[in-house]
Amino acid sequence: MQPLIAPKRHQNNPSARRDPAPSRGSYRLQRFLLNPWVQVFLRLGVPILIITLPFAVYFSDTARRTAAMTFVQEMKHTIEERPEYQVTLMSIDGASPELTDGVRRALALELPISSFHIDLAALRAQIENLDAVAHADLRINTGILQVSISERAPALVWRLQDGLQLLDATGRRLALLRARTDRMDLPLIAGEGANLAAQEALRLLMVAGPLSPRLRGLVRVGARRWDMVLDRGQRILLPQNDPENALKRLIALDQAQSLLARDVPVIDLRITARPVLQLSPQALEVLRRKNDNLSVGTKL
Amino acid sequence: MKDLYNAQRMMRNMRKMALQKGAIALLDVGSSKITCLILRFDGEVRPSDLVDAQALSSAVGTQGVGPNFARQALFRIIGASTTKSRGVGFGQIEVMNETERAIRTVVQAAQKMANLKVDQAIACFSGAEPRSYGLVGETQVRESFVSEQDLARVFAACHMPDLGISRDVLHAQPVNFVLDARTGLSDPRGQSGTRLACDMHLLTVETNAIQNLAYCIKRCDLELAGVASSAYLSGLSSLVEDEQELGAACIDMGGGTTGVSIFVKKHMIYADSVTMGGDHISSDISKGLQVPLAMAERIKNMHGGVQATGMDDREMIAISGDSGDWDKDRRQISRTELIGIIRPRVEEILEETRARLDAAGFEHLPSQQIVLTGGAAQLPGMDGLAGKILGPRVRLGRPMRINGLPQALTGSAFSSIVGACLFAVQPQDEWWDFDVPSERYPAHSLKRALKWFGDNW
Repeated sequence: MQPLIAPKRHQNNPSARRDPAPSRGSYRLQRFLLNPWVQVFLRLGVPILIITLPFAVYFSDTARRTAAMTFVQEMKHTIEERPEYQVTLMSIDGASPELTDGVRRALALELPISSFHIDLAALRAQIENLDAVAHADLRINTGILQVSISERAPALVWRLQDGLQLLDATGRRLALLRARTDRMDLPLIAGEGANLAAQEALRLLMVAGPLSPRLRGLVRVGARRWDMVLDRGQRILLPQNDPENALKRLIALDQAQSLLARDVPVIDLRITARPVLQLSPQALEVLRRKNDNLSVGTKL
Repeated sequence: MKDLYNAQRMMRNMRKMALQKGAIALLDVGSSKITCLILRFDGEVRPSDLVDAQALSSAVGTQGVGPNFARQALFRIIGASTTKSRGVGFGQIEVMNETERAIRTVVQAAQKMANLKVDQAIACFSGAEPRSYGLVGETQVRESFVSEQDLARVFAACHMPDLGISRDVLHAQPVNFVLDARTGLSDPRGQSGTRLACDMHLLTVETNAIQNLAYCIKRCDLELAGVASSAYLSGLSSLVEDEQELGAACIDMGGGTTGVSIFVKKHMIYADSVTMGGDHISSDISKGLQVPLAMAERIKNMHGGVQATGMDDREMIAISGDSGDWDKDRRQISRTELIGIIRPRVEEILEETRARLDAAGFEHLPSQQIVLTGGAAQLPGMDGLAGKILGPRVRLGRPMRINGLPQALTGSAFSSIVGACLFAVQPQDEWWDFDVPSERYPAHSLKRALKWFGDNW
């Protein structure tokens, strides 16, 4: 049986099909799209644009931008203020009570504070700026800011016109000293620029071991050389170069002939080849008389 | 002649540009189908070998035609497309608009496959009444040995026949050089001698056909980088090396035309075309059986043949239709009847071809191999029939294999487009690849003035 409704002609007839040829426009478009730079743009530029464009449009409004900023700030704040991140205590180890106070004063932290707001490197620099601190270790340990400090050891007392200061072995200023009697264990130095030659002073003091019962201190003269001051106002003028050896020789002389026990207020060693002794007037008188007697004696 | 020279040189430059860019499109504008291939040059194409016209001319004959398998790695087909042609008849364009659309279709599809935009195209077509001329030129060698300028002068000395009104030169290939008493030289440069002669093969076609094709291609935003005759390209791809060397004819049986090209010593020496082809067979079937052309084409492809046997009387072919008349829609014919329609037309085509071969003096060649290619050559029994009409040594040829060619395009119907690949990669030296004789070249006048100055002072 043949169907009553005939099939439509153009479905069967291949010549009536749509022409497969592209239109001039689509041909040109395809050739344009095949350009290498267009392909790169389509592969990279368009996805980037699609991703960034909604954000750009959304944030082009100032109110939205500020709202977003506020939201971010609030989120940040909430996280920072969580108790897990709070630092409530600061413990300072390895420092004297005065230094501990000084560190607390210097840092001036208002506890409790969020650990996000603590800049450990800056705090450490601030602490190490203090004169008495050699170096400091800082760490945050479950709500406690631990500061381990190693103090500088005082080695010398430096007398200035307006007071006394403690110096460490390198000549670095540590602290003010109220009275010399507070640190009688430390040797005394004085004079302008004495702190710069602190190491030389310490070496001299070590050499001067046998004299230490009589030693009063060292005086820097003209920021250039040392004078060693003993009790009874006795003074040893040391040379600028190689003062240790000069001092060693003097000590050897003293041990052999007990030079320093005599009435010689000034021993001038500034020129190594020609040490000069300055006698006190009384001693000079005695010496002159003795010489006179001798000369009389010889005359006789 | 000067215009031709410039136009061809411009196309050579286009081709050079395409080589540098690395891709070129090849278009076969045939009567039954239009094919586009996109060729990518990869591997190092030594520019001195392929691009420079001077270097091309350095190996006349040795580098020119033969399928050089070593070179095959240098190119690859990355896009291929074929479509039923519209607006082309007898191998030339009949409806510009339709042809342009068909070209657009194939170029777009091939570009899509290649994912590459091509700007230069080499086109080939089979029609436009090709005519072959053999030219002879002779000149005295200026210096003791043959120089580039001597070659230029011997080409210029070729006697130019009257081409007729509105005809253009498609190929002009020097095929042989004679130096004094020696003939068969492929490259006489540098050899000593006094008298230089050359044989040149000139192929002309109608100017309008080339212009129409150039216009269609330009409308598709492509630049024309070369035009070639399909008969020549089929020969390039279908003849094997010894056939090209010893002498063979390639018969490209296309849809609207049947191209004939004769090769000897690896040069084409004759090309012609018979304006009959497979479409005429289909049209005969359509008329004889009263069926639409598309169905006639299908019946030809499915059941066609040229040699009837007793078996064919019993093989009935159903001819369906949708006329609504039961008797007409349920007809049956035997295959013998179908062969009875096909065979006279095929014989006519082959006899016409025979006439062309005779006119060309094919029987004087050392080897008389005949290679049948093209779509219509696929009719069963075609080689047997051709053997009776054309000569004893007939074989069916298929184009050589090249890298990346889709399986669907390896049939003998695609021999001319495959030949176009070879033509694009290694064009044979043509006349315009050589120098212009300095006497005719005004740009050299300063050089000559300087030479005069140097000679006389």
